[in-house]
Amino acid sequence: MPRENELVIRGGTVVDATGSRRADVAIRNGAVAEIGESLDARNVLDASGCIVAPGLVDLHTHLRQPGREEAETVETGSRAAALGGFTAVVAMPNTEPAIDSAAVVREVKELARTALCDVFPAGAITVGREGTTLSPMAEMAELGVRLFTDDGAGVQDSRLMRRALEYARGLGVTLAQHCEDAALARGAHMHEGAWSSRLGIPGMPSEAETVMVQRDIELVRLTGAPIHFLHLSTAGSLKAVAAAKADGLPVTAEVAPHHFTLTDACCAGYDATFKVNPPLRTDADVAAVIDAVRAGEVDAIATDHAPHAPETKDAPFDQAPPGMLGLETALALSLEVLGLPTDRVFALLSWQPAVIAGVAHEHGGPIAKGRPANLCVVDPSAGWVVDPRHLASRSRNTPYAGRSLTGLVRHTVLRGEPVVIDGEAQR
Amino acid sequence: MKHLLQIADLGADGIDEVLRVADTFAEVNRRAIPKVQALRGKTVVSLFFEDSTRTRLSFETAARRLGADVLTFAAGSSSVKKGESLRDTVQTIDALGADAFVVRHASSGVPHQVSTWTEGSVVNAGDGWHEHPTQALLDAYTIRERLGGFAGRRIAIVGDIRHSRVARSNVAAFSALGAEVTLVAPPTLMPPSTEGWPAELSHNLEAVLPKMDVVYLLRVQRERATEALFPSLREYTAHFGLTAARAAMLPAGALIMHPGPMNRGVEIAADVADAENAVITQQVANGLSVRMAVLYLLLGSGVDLAA
Amino acid sequence: MAERERAVASGATAFVSRTQVMSADDVRRAITRIAHEIVERNHGVDDVVLVALQTGGAPIAAKLADELARIEGKTVFVGTLDVAYYRDDYGLRPVLPEAPTDIPMDLTGTTVVLVDDVLFTGRTVRAALNALADFGRTKAVQLAVMVDRGHRELPIRPDYVGKNLPTRRDELVNVRDDGVDLGDKA
Repeated sequence: MPRENELVIRGGTVVDATGSRRADVAIRNGAVAEIGESLDARNVLDASGCIVAPGLVDLHTHLRQPGREEAETVETGSRAAALGGFTAVVAMPNTEPAIDSAAVVREVKELARTALCDVFPAGAITVGREGTTLSPMAEMAELGVRLFTDDGAGVQDSRLMRRALEYARGLGVTLAQHCEDAALARGAHMHEGAWSSRLGIPGMPSEAETVMVQRDIELVRLTGAPIHFLHLSTAGSLKAVAAAKADGLPVTAEVAPHHFTLTDACCAGYDATFKVNPPLRTDADVAAVIDAVRAGEVDAIATDHAPHAPETKDAPFDQAPPGMLGLETALALSLEVLGLPTDRVFALLSWQPAVIAGVAHEHGGPIAKGRPANLCVVDPSAGWVVDPRHLASRSRNTPYAGRSLTGLVRHTVLRGEPVVIDGEAQR
Repeated sequence: MKHLLQIADLGADGIDEVLRVADTFAEVNRRAIPKVQALRGKTVVSLFFEDSTRTRLSFETAARRLGADVLTFAAGSSSVKKGESLRDTVQTIDALGADAFVVRHASSGVPHQVSTWTEGSVVNAGDGWHEHPTQALLDAYTIRERLGGFAGRRIAIVGDIRHSRVARSNVAAFSALGAEVTLVAPPTLMPPSTEGWPAELSHNLEAVLPKMDVVYLLRVQRERATEALFPSLREYTAHFGLTAARAAMLPAGALIMHPGPMNRGVEIAADVADAENAVITQQVANGLSVRMAVLYLLLGSGVDLAA
Repeated sequence: MAERERAVASGATAFVSRTQVMSADDVRRAITRIAHEIVERNHGVDDVVLVALQTGGAPIAAKLADELARIEGKTVFVGTLDVAYYRDDYGLRPVLPEAPTDIPMDLTGTTVVLVDDVLFTGRTVRAALNALADFGRTKAVQLAVMVDRGHRELPIRPDYVGKNLPTRRDELVNVRDDGVDLGDKA
């Protein structure tokens, strides 16, 4: 008797790194069992009119746990991720305590056992993210950590950054940098420019980011170690990265959707929902981000999902914490704004970040027999309106409240389990 | 118009109306009993998170002379609890029946935020580096009183423009009224970008003075010297201070103004501050009539001043 | 100045005259008579101060002062009062002062003669009485108007009247130097 399929995703168009074709996808034992026409199973997920793609992989999510559970937990963050089509997220280590030891890595992995997506903790580069001494990267690497970053801050000391790159190279792991020169950015709460001058808010110039990008490119040249640049936001940074890639250096870069959809003009009403690091920049920078993505100079789109409890964002602009939600809006914004064919968008959100995160064996496809069934089913023409009260995140700080978007995740499958069906989280 | 958050809320006609109504309150203030009941039954709340006894008293006196009830919430008093979110503080006070909030805060934008949390009117009494609209209005009133009008007048604003809410409001107000504004400061004390600002820039005070009808001096804070914005107060005063010698370069009849409090010997020489054409005390006196006009126009008159 | 008439004077309401009820000579004679009545009632003009209600009372008060100076050979002080800040109908319509208040003296012990062009509901006069209280404790307050058109809403009566003129509520009365007209809103 043939083994029965547990789940079939029927009627969709399968899109992955190998191309696109109309096919049904059958799943058994957590893996793709069959791809073909008119497949059957005990349970059916209707994908008519939809794209069936490898689940998205977010290189940059703040799950806030341990330490800031009032803003988000691993569970609520993973639910938001699944609703956004993500089957894997890299959890940033600026928790309390920071993820700078095997013990905290284990704690996060334990919290993630019942999550609605796979959670891959990133480790801090320095102890406590303080930028003075190297963290025990080897013991964290042994637990599977592949990416290390002090995100929330950049490593200021050039000698320390050099040592960290050399050490990481030895371990075969990748460092990721939040590029922000602390001295140039001191006291800043938004982008320094015409708007910050008008609003009377201290700003940081684009050069606060670009200066560290350029420094790290030279350190990569010196050490031969790879580097991944987090949330690049300025024309200057993207130009430096393009030149580095042209030189054949092992440099990758991500951008966040808010940096290709919003500008510093959004701060005009002093609503701290629009406060973020790196800050929203100018129209010219937004255009440069879109151009770089279209030209293939950007490797991934990452959300930098940064929940903050509502009362903290109600504070005066210069006292509110920086950060915006992003998991549930990233895909629609990317499909709508970049002017790219669908498969390129999924490349930037799924299989390309999967490689950088070191999880390509499980996430990012291709959708083929025997591969783990980590998939998302997306209706590219479904319209919806962003309502902060209906997002799964514990927090409400989305800058897109009230905006109409096109492109909605219908189902998400995690290792064969449908965690999102018809837009509803199943647990 | 419900709020006065920045000068742009008013426009030239609105500013003129405020100044005209301020004249009528100047007459009230000359009476033996300087009081009317125009805002009887209204409650004005002063919400001062930044210490400023002079401005707060000016607003509270203005409200009382209009017959309004006044509630005071000042920084440091137990009624402004630490840790309570700004929004909760405002909404608690709102529930007591506030018709207007007069808000001063060290952070730019707080009056904007407060206006989204209350049904009442909000008057910006100074927010961070952003604006201080009633200061600009009383400065405009003083200039009009002494010089008659603004058309064709040249006004220099000298000092720490970058961090000055008074400068931002004054540039908006004086240019809206038809004056030509020149900002004078070292490059480090200019805003990072003056794109779209209706003003000229200069780094040379002496070149500018002989052409000015008004020189408006801003306070230079000692603390700024530690931020690497200029080497020392001494150097600032040597190049940008209004010394007696520089004051003599002004044309006859030119006014010397300052929002107070003055750092005598820094941005302005002590004897210059007391000169006949220094109108600093008149500015303060005019503040009361102007603030009465603003409160009356927002709360009592039924008139819409919107730009 | 009664509120309807204020609107006409400011040009806010267009006025269409139907009939002239006082000629220029009638107005002149009324002023002369009122001046004599003021002198008679107050046994002279010592301690008498005229306070014109802005803006309609001002020209009449000026002429009254001239007439009193002619009769008694003494200068009577004329102050002006805009009652905008003393009205009782805020929120019902925009209220802003139209002309200066100028009473640069303490009115304690004086007899104030309020002067207005038209007496209608009485609310303007009531507001004026409130305002006068802020200038000292007057010995007495009297009221002189060119036209009393009826329809009082408060217990207020004039001491000196140029002409009693019965009107309908919706009619308008327009007082000028060259006469008084009765008419309608355009």
